[in-house]
Amino acid sequence: MSPPPTAAAGSGPAAGLEATRDALAASGYLADDSAALVSHLAQQLGKPVLVEGPAGVGKTELAKALSRATGRELIRLQCYEGLDEAKALYEWNYRKQLLRIQAEAGTGPEGEPAGGEVMEDIFGEEFLLTRPLLAAIASEAPVVLLIDEIDKTDQEFEAMLLEVLSDFQISIPELGVVEAQSMPIVLLTSNNSRELTEALKRRCLYLWLDYPAIDREVEIVRLHVPDLDAGLARRLVEVVGMVRELDLKKPPSIAESIDWARALLLLGADQIDSETFNRTMSIIVKHRTDLDLVAERVGMRLPAAGRNDGTS
Amino acid sequence: MPRPARAPRDLIADQLVSFCDELRSEGLAVGTSEILDAFSAVEQVPWSDRLQFREALAATLAKSQEDRHLFEQVFDRWFFRAAELEAIDREGPVEADGAEPDRGESGEPIDGERIDVDELTEMIRQAIADGDDALMRDLAQLAVAAFGRRGEGSGVVGVDVQRIRRSLGLTPGSQAQAADGAGEDVELDRDGVRRFEGHLRRELERRLIERTGKLPPARPLADLDRALPTNPTQDLAAVHRSVTMLKRRLATLGNEQRGRRRGRVVDVRRTMRASLETGGVPLTLRYRPRRPRRPEIYVLCDVSTSVTSASVFFLSVLHALHDSFRKLRSFVFIERISEVTETFERERDFRKVSERISQDGGVADISGYTDYGRVWLEFLEEISADLDPRSTVIVLGDARTNGRDPHAAAFAKLTERAGRTFWLNPEPRLYWNYGDSVMAAYEPLTTESFECWTTKHLEHFVDVVAKP
Ligand SMILES: Nc1ncnc2c1ncn2[C@@H]1O[C@H](COP(=O)(O)OP(=O)(O)OP(=O)(O)O)[C@@H](O)[C@H]1O
Ligand SMILES: [Mg+2]
Repeated sequence: MSPPPTAAAGSGPAAGLEATRDALAASGYLADDSAALVSHLAQQLGKPVLVEGPAGVGKTELAKALSRATGRELIRLQCYEGLDEAKALYEWNYRKQLLRIQAEAGTGPEGEPAGGEVMEDIFGEEFLLTRPLLAAIASEAPVVLLIDEIDKTDQEFEAMLLEVLSDFQISIPELGVVEAQSMPIVLLTSNNSRELTEALKRRCLYLWLDYPAIDREVEIVRLHVPDLDAGLARRLVEVVGMVRELDLKKPPSIAESIDWARALLLLGADQIDSETFNRTMSIIVKHRTDLDLVAERVGMRLPAAGRNDGTS
Repeated sequence: MPRPARAPRDLIADQLVSFCDELRSEGLAVGTSEILDAFSAVEQVPWSDRLQFREALAATLAKSQEDRHLFEQVFDRWFFRAAELEAIDREGPVEADGAEPDRGESGEPIDGERIDVDELTEMIRQAIADGDDALMRDLAQLAVAAFGRRGEGSGVVGVDVQRIRRSLGLTPGSQAQAADGAGEDVELDRDGVRRFEGHLRRELERRLIERTGKLPPARPLADLDRALPTNPTQDLAAVHRSVTMLKRRLATLGNEQRGRRRGRVVDVRRTMRASLETGGVPLTLRYRPRRPRRPEIYVLCDVSTSVTSASVFFLSVLHALHDSFRKLRSFVFIERISEVTETFERERDFRKVSERISQDGGVADISGYTDYGRVWLEFLEEISADLDPRSTVIVLGDARTNGRDPHAAAFAKLTERAGRTFWLNPEPRLYWNYGDSVMAAYEPLTTESFECWTTKHLEHFVDVVAKP
């Protein structure tokens, strides 16, 4: 195991926590203390970050914002059940190899098997299909590597990933070892659908992202929907908060708050009364069984239309 | 333990290692690689910034949401204790009258008399509104200093926290009046006020320790926390088992008592009728059939936030009790008490029940703080007429009154009317009467009080209660 290359290739080592937070904010991501600090540490220590939390709290967005903030390219590996090395690391382009063999032999499909020269030839870089992990390792310029929803893969894949993240090199038997040219910022996200191995966690910094505090969520909504009235935005976030309190199949995330804000703006609503709520609540609540509960628990409690005491 | 002067870096390293030991003893998987990571992480942040320091450690040592939860508690306890130990090492115990000048963060003395309370209040409101924790902590120290000068301290941490909060007029939801009357109003949210109270509490505890030169016992917080089922359904089966056992035991207990009890009532008519067979001589006494002992149970359950995880546990106890006992009335309370017997009888699904109770309980009035005293008064007035010597009252709560009047006399009346009163406290005995817990006021009035934070404890309770 060789020591990883030195960290902090992208930002100066002195870039402090506040600088990180500001840079993220400038890229449209309003980080709370822990998110800002962990992003900062990830760059300073060169360690991958495991980000967990409920759906839609900005796990993926954090990686994107980091890429914008640092001016690094974002390389994303979206995980899914059955994801294997061929799709994550690299794959040989068989079709291209075959064509080359045929061309070299010059005798069509029925011809002699290719000689040693050709064999060497077809395992060159031009026949290699680079997948996200290899791309991140091989990249000349430092990148942000997002390994999204790692919990969807199996343990075997996790072990492979751990190796890559520990050694920052990938060995390709036909080509040799590809070593990292620069240190990527690595974010892994998980929705907690299964417990990750101790070894992987050990390798990572840990960040738990939760639904943001009211003030921050108001800021986020206003960042995305600047034309919405400030008082209304706050009210909206409060109502979403009430909805989250209920035990729903799928509680509304930040994305839903933003969508709802857009809808209210389009409708020209100036308050959230029970009528407006009932008309638009399908934007924040998607499950049919959830809808009834939300209508009863939240919709009924909002002031009736016309009365102007919805916002304070 | 006297320490030679050492470079802060070494000190931090020492402290970190023993902090990690403590985490390990609470069950976190902290290995050498984590310790090394933690050390490099804290080197990246200013040590004077408690928040950054904590986050840096958390990111490297706590690798799941549960870990994080435990981490926070151990962190608070440990660094708090570490700071205290050092203070004691340095200065030795200080006289109780506060002869020692108060010290601010930086070590300069703060003069309580020169603190302008209005200005202080204004700054605290702003800090709460901004959610600025570091500032809140500093201001809490000032507030405690100012308060101490006025000689209003009761010496009981929990009581003083509430007195200070009230003397500063910090009521959640209230509007801050800008000094010149023109500025914008700041509304205080409940969580913010709670956080500030936390800082007050810590500062008061710190002073208490400084005065007495004693550390509070290391509290097995993590145990407590882990023991309580955070997932409502997870331990439901175990709770139901214990309660079924309780029911069975109580049933047999009833029979034994029936046999042994003196003072049975002779049924004159039946005895006379029977005596006809023996020529009018009443040879065999006939007794009136005893009215079957109908255990009427009243369960009063604290569902406030200070016992949130406990509430889930207790609600599942309630749920199970309802399954077993027909003559059971249940109540939930925070500031007010509310009967939920019907909810339990209507809804069989535990999740639905707890949902309904948290939504429609209507038990939180204004502040959201538990008010045991008021709850007893309300219970006395509205329900206690139904109590009789056959009734059993079970209270599920932590007896944390938030500094309010415990109204022990009202509770005494209630226990007099009932046959038996049991108290199940979700905190280990070690915590009782620590902070704002006033268990000592209630415990002597109960038939017996139990700590109850695991199903094991619940089983123990069943054992004791069911034993004749
Ligand atoms: N701190 C933030 N600042 C600005 N926008 C945010 C922030 N957090 C979340 N958002 C917005 O919320 C939306 C949802 O975020 P995102 O898709 O990253 O969530 P996620 O946690 O990855 O969800 P999932 O688990 O479903 O993948 C995005 O549109 C993002 O722009
Ligand atoms: Mg995502």
